[in-house]
Amino acid sequence: MKFLSEFRDPVLAKQLAAKLQKLAVRPITIMEICGTHTMAIARGAIRDVLPKELKLVSGPGCPVCVTPQGYVDEAIKLSRQKDVIIATFGDMLRVPGSLGSLLNEKNQGNDIRIVYSPLDATKIALDNPNKQVVFLGIGFETTAPIVGLAILQAAQQGINNYSVFSAHKVVPPAMQALVADAELNIQGFLCPGHVSCVIGIEPYRFLAEQYRTPAVIAGFEPIDILQGLLKLTELIMEKSPQVVNNYSRVVQQDGNPNALAVMEQVFIKSHSAWRGIGVITESGLAIRPQYAKYDARFVFSLPHVDREMPSACNCGDILQGKKTPPDCPLFRKLCTPENPIGACMVSGEGTCAAYYKYDLE
Amino acid sequence: MCIGVPLRLIERKDFEGIGEISGVKRKITLMFVPEAKVGDYILVHAGCGMQIIDEEAAMETLELLRIISNEVS
Amino acid sequence: MEVISIQHGSGGSLTAQLIKKLFYKYFENPYLLEGHDSARLPRPNGRLAFTTDSYVISPLFFPGGNIGKLAVCGTVNDLSMSGAKPLYISSSFIIEAGLSVKVLEEVVAAMADAAKEANVLIVAGDTKVVERGAVDKLFINTAGIGEIADKVEISGGRAAVGDVIISSGTLGDHGMAIMVERQQLQLESQLVSDCAPLNSLVQDMLKVCPDIRVLRDPTRGGAATALNEIATQSQVEIELYEDEMPVKAEVRGVCELLGLDPLYLANEGKLLAVVPEESAEVILAAMKRNPYGRESTVIGKVTKKSSGRVYINTIVGGQRIVDVMVGDPLPRIC
Repeated sequence: MKFLSEFRDPVLAKQLAAKLQKLAVRPITIMEICGTHTMAIARGAIRDVLPKELKLVSGPGCPVCVTPQGYVDEAIKLSRQKDVIIATFGDMLRVPGSLGSLLNEKNQGNDIRIVYSPLDATKIALDNPNKQVVFLGIGFETTAPIVGLAILQAAQQGINNYSVFSAHKVVPPAMQALVADAELNIQGFLCPGHVSCVIGIEPYRFLAEQYRTPAVIAGFEPIDILQGLLKLTELIMEKSPQVVNNYSRVVQQDGNPNALAVMEQVFIKSHSAWRGIGVITESGLAIRPQYAKYDARFVFSLPHVDREMPSACNCGDILQGKKTPPDCPLFRKLCTPENPIGACMVSGEGTCAAYYKYDLE
Repeated sequence: MCIGVPLRLIERKDFEGIGEISGVKRKITLMFVPEAKVGDYILVHAGCGMQIIDEEAAMETLELLRIISNEVS
Repeated sequence: MEVISIQHGSGGSLTAQLIKKLFYKYFENPYLLEGHDSARLPRPNGRLAFTTDSYVISPLFFPGGNIGKLAVCGTVNDLSMSGAKPLYISSSFIIEAGLSVKVLEEVVAAMADAAKEANVLIVAGDTKVVERGAVDKLFINTAGIGEIADKVEISGGRAAVGDVIISSGTLGDHGMAIMVERQQLQLESQLVSDCAPLNSLVQDMLKVCPDIRVLRDPTRGGAATALNEIATQSQVEIELYEDEMPVKAEVRGVCELLGLDPLYLANEGKLLAVVPEESAEVILAAMKRNPYGRESTVIGKVTKKSSGRVYINTIVGGQRIVDVMVGDPLPRIC
């Protein structure tokens, strides 16, 4: 077993889809929180095989998409400083700020390097002792512990030219904001498998208990997603609000305590601006004062970032399923995949990007 | 929101290991999965092992799915 | 270590030495050795195909080739994609001062080997040396001329409803080999670029079916972009089969890790062919007999007239649009 091909079996996929067709007997709305789910659903064209009663809306779980414009601007300004190397995941390069994107800066010769792991960025710092290496810390609970680990390793190895510009976020507070919004009317959540791999199952409990909304943790292969939607539909139809872990090969009841401990050691919860949504209380991760030496905000005296979106952009409402892209005055006119303005156009599989690409009205 | 891929652990020294997928190898950190053994499949995100994949649980899931799909066909 | 200096490009004695010791030695043929300002060539039969391309790849050397091999194969392939038999190539070098002569020689030797394999002559050339930092080590421009047989009519606008789409082998090998080689990602693999001249493959295909509609080498932008070009030029809809896409396990592995799609990765030794349905079988058989087409396989078909769209049928039974690439593929973690 290699844990990939088994979960891509076309015959099984078609059978699950058929079962789902039978099960969804009245209109329901399910939100997939996670951007990687959004991506996998689009790539697999899974919407095509869903019953028409099942409306699937995409949530704010693409970390680069919800990173505020102001953050991108500060990162760009940092990259323009002499003797600064920016290390980042490739995801961040095309995200637009008001000053353009990091990709533009890279093309103009600023030292911006794509890394696969935050731990590789400490190596860049070691290799370039006369430069300041700033890692752009984006991502949710899956990524934040690894960035925490990089900071701890830098501290341990006495690396003094490495810092993290943290825009890390945590998922449950955003889900709380979404489920509390009556206008949204989401009947079930497909929960992010790899975030859950770190945080476990408990943090979703409030969905079922306080809001009577079922939640299913699912993996990312077509079979995982269909199985997750099947379970959710079943729970919704039976009016049985529960949190179910359908990704038990990877997600344990209490997540990964080692990763959680590192996250807790290095980061502290803070208010955080989500592009397109606004500031959500306690939804961000700031670096604790005892690691200020590794906090780019402190090292470079960066301002607090709260400008979350261009004023005319309707991303917030689109992200929450209240509006569709053609309702937005920027859509297709100023905001395009080549020149994205809002979060939903930034990601290749964002709602606006999908509408643009598929010519939907 | 996070790409995670099952890699097979083919080497380990302290908390560093080499993970392999389809002949491609990458150094991975095992700080979060200290009990990982060579031969285990590990879910890797951004160069870091996040969880040892539970083969039994995977089998159970697939078995369950087979039952569901048999009901349909 | 002997290095290239500004004087090597000044047109004086050092330039002459470089030409003699390197270019004449490796590219030797009567048209070049005539030493004229331009090569004087016999009139070819049939129509001419003419193309040019510049090569600026970093690193200069990669598993499966180097910039020189790439430059010759690239031009040979561009000519071949119009069904032409490649005949003559020019090669122009822009060299950063300080490049070691040994490196240049290795590149030139690879060009000579590739030209020999493709049965083309390198008949003209130029060398410029620029100051450090003005170019990245070495840039090469190649232009080429080929002849097109009378009955051959290959064009991006000829894909017709019912036609079958064939890939000559696995997709994304070159793009992925380069990405892994660039090291920043610290990946280790046995991946090798597919860089190869495809003229013999194309001639083998034309022998069994002169009425091939479209040929395209899916270089930058990958198969997805090449197929979109065809769909737009022919005003048709193309349908691909996800479960039939030929992709090496290793390429797939890296794609999983970095969130990439092999359909957008560059190829340098593969072609996509749009062929009449009734000839697909014989063409496929002919392709499989050629060393560069052994893994040829049908990947899709032209389904209907339209404004030019490419779709892929996914394994779950859905269908999504395969768009052109926006920018270069970047590794992702989310």
